Amino acid sequence: MSAPLLRVRDLTKHFPIGKRGMFSDHRKILRAVDGVSFDLERGQTLGVVGESGCGKSTTARAIIGLHPATSGSVQLDGVELTSLSRSEWLPYRRRIQMIFQDPYASLDPRQTVSSILTEPLAIHKLAKPKERKLRAMALLDAVGLNPRHIDRYPHEFSGGQRQRIGIARALALEPELLLLDEPVSALDVSIQAQIVNLLGELQERFNLAYLFIAHDLAVVRHLCDEVCVMYLGRVVEQAPRDELFESPQHPYTKALLSAVPHPNPHIERTRERIVLTGDVPSPLDPPSGCTFHPRCAHASEVPDDRCARECPALVTSEGRSAACHLP
Amino acid sequence: MAKALDVRDLSVRFDTQHGNVQAVDHVSFSIEEGETLGLVGESGSGKSVSSLAIMGLVPSPPGVVEAGGIMLGDRDLNTFNAEALRRVRGKEVAMVFQDPMTSLNPLLTVGRQLTEVLEIHEGLSQAEAFKRAAHGLGDVGIPAPEERLNSYPHELSGGMRQRVMIAMALLCNPKVLIADEPTTALDVTIQAQILELMKGLQERHGTAILLITHDLGVVAGMSDRVNVMYAGRLVESASTAPLFDAPCHPYTIGLLGSVPDLTGPAGDDLYSIPGQPPDLAELPAGCAFAPRCSRAADACSEAVPATIEPAPGRLSACLEAEALAKEGGAG
Repeated sequence: MSAPLLRVRDLTKHFPIGKRGMFSDHRKILRAVDGVSFDLERGQTLGVVGESGCGKSTTARAIIGLHPATSGSVQLDGVELTSLSRSEWLPYRRRIQMIFQDPYASLDPRQTVSSILTEPLAIHKLAKPKERKLRAMALLDAVGLNPRHIDRYPHEFSGGQRQRIGIARALALEPELLLLDEPVSALDVSIQAQIVNLLGELQERFNLAYLFIAHDLAVVRHLCDEVCVMYLGRVVEQAPRDELFESPQHPYTKALLSAVPHPNPHIERTRERIVLTGDVPSPLDPPSGCTFHPRCAHASEVPDDRCARECPALVTSEGRSAACHLP
Repeated sequence: MAKALDVRDLSVRFDTQHGNVQAVDHVSFSIEEGETLGLVGESGSGKSVSSLAIMGLVPSPPGVVEAGGIMLGDRDLNTFNAEALRRVRGKEVAMVFQDPMTSLNPLLTVGRQLTEVLEIHEGLSQAEAFKRAAHGLGDVGIPAPEERLNSYPHELSGGMRQRVMIAMALLCNPKVLIADEPTTALDVTIQAQILELMKGLQERHGTAILLITHDLGVVAGMSDRVNVMYAGRLVESASTAPLFDAPCHPYTIGLLGSVPDLTGPAGDDLYSIPGQPPDLAELPAGCAFAPRCSRAADACSEAVPATIEPAPGRLSACLEAEALAKEGGAG
């Protein structure tokens, strides 16, 4: 088998926080991403889920180089991206594009749709100037917008339509990999369903690989082939979609799934649920051992206080992996 | 059961440069003591504006509130002047907002913000108020409440801040609690904690809760009854289980169908309602949902459909409501 489209190994991103004095260094290290590894094949979708502050967005930003990685490796088609210079990056940017959460903040209000969609083509010298606008119109059509609206400004569109423009902009360069950071969380339910369906359709049409970051587990289940669960900068469980949702192994995954309310009153009122106590600990001062152990109901079942002393490694067996001391 | 809050024929209009925007259009509903009424709908459907109107918090101008009555027990809040409303607000009707970061004052300690409520509404001394405030924080599951009173909002996590907001809202044991997207800004694990907490407090104090949310899962678990709003109008109202089992309005059907869940088939296309929600300044004549509705007939765009009772205890503003009730087995 050939190399996967995206290979991430031991990716870390640490942010120093606080001041450095003349004689002392009071900085603390915020371990936003702490040793994340995964592969993503062409045409596949990998979901990354977890609570706020678990490092899912930072992972995407480190992959695309918006935050240079502290250590570890990111390979696209076998080429190491973390050591590239700015100018060397350019051709790879074309192959990896990003879609952001907030369709209001991620489009320049003073650019027309035409200018938003033709700018990447001009930067990458992809089409002749005359053809660019035609390409942009074809892109609008592909994302379900009226090509005649190409000279309008972002404020003339609704939230769902703006997200379609963001998707069209990402597709302009014919990428192979899209990093989607909470692409539907800001949208209303009925519009969310439209965008989720559009993403599915575009993936099939252009054989795109998606790294899909979301906190909405139901949307992730709907769209992803494989799912990674993150907690305080680490992957605690990774498995193919059906395995993860039907038989989660890590206590955190179980609690996370159990916290999602079910939109059916009969199921919602009878199902068993695990309510976690406490908040996510600060990544500046993470707990010892397994970072989940202070909130874990099973930590006491492991002998010798092992959960508080030793960080469990991510163990892979039968195509899925989990990081937990429980047998 | 007695009605804790009875809203009759509430309309809210905003007179703007772009024309008159009818944000809420002749909406009536009531909540009984100890009951939770869910209010669902998309952005711009008028959920939040309805609740602000109940509290007398719609800015005027540009807002114009008209109501047949906003009855709190046997008193009509609609006839109250600003001073009288201020005495009711926070004491008898309290509100929890979506974003606990912007609804707490960043310059005051949590203790100061909580004791202020008690000093104003209950006339307690500062020492008594501190004791009650600490008790209130303990009630919502905040550890070491006395110490927390000295914290500023930025020192607390999102979940903790929302607990403080709920503690503040419940300090004076209000009869009615309006919770406007109380868990939308929180992670699911924290959301589960806050919802459990609200249920427990309601059982103890018999508070009537108006729960505004776009999350149908939250409604399914929390509400006794559900009102569905679209473009400022109430389009359907029913008890929770019958509404989810057999919706009698095409918008409700579409809304329920669009939500992905953690059971059932995955990977197929989601059902999605075509088109966009309408511009409130340019509402179509007739049913506002007609342009997106698969069942729309000519009559739908002629007049706003009357609200009828297609099955006992249910309301729907759709010409097809009776047919839908039969199809879904609601009748």
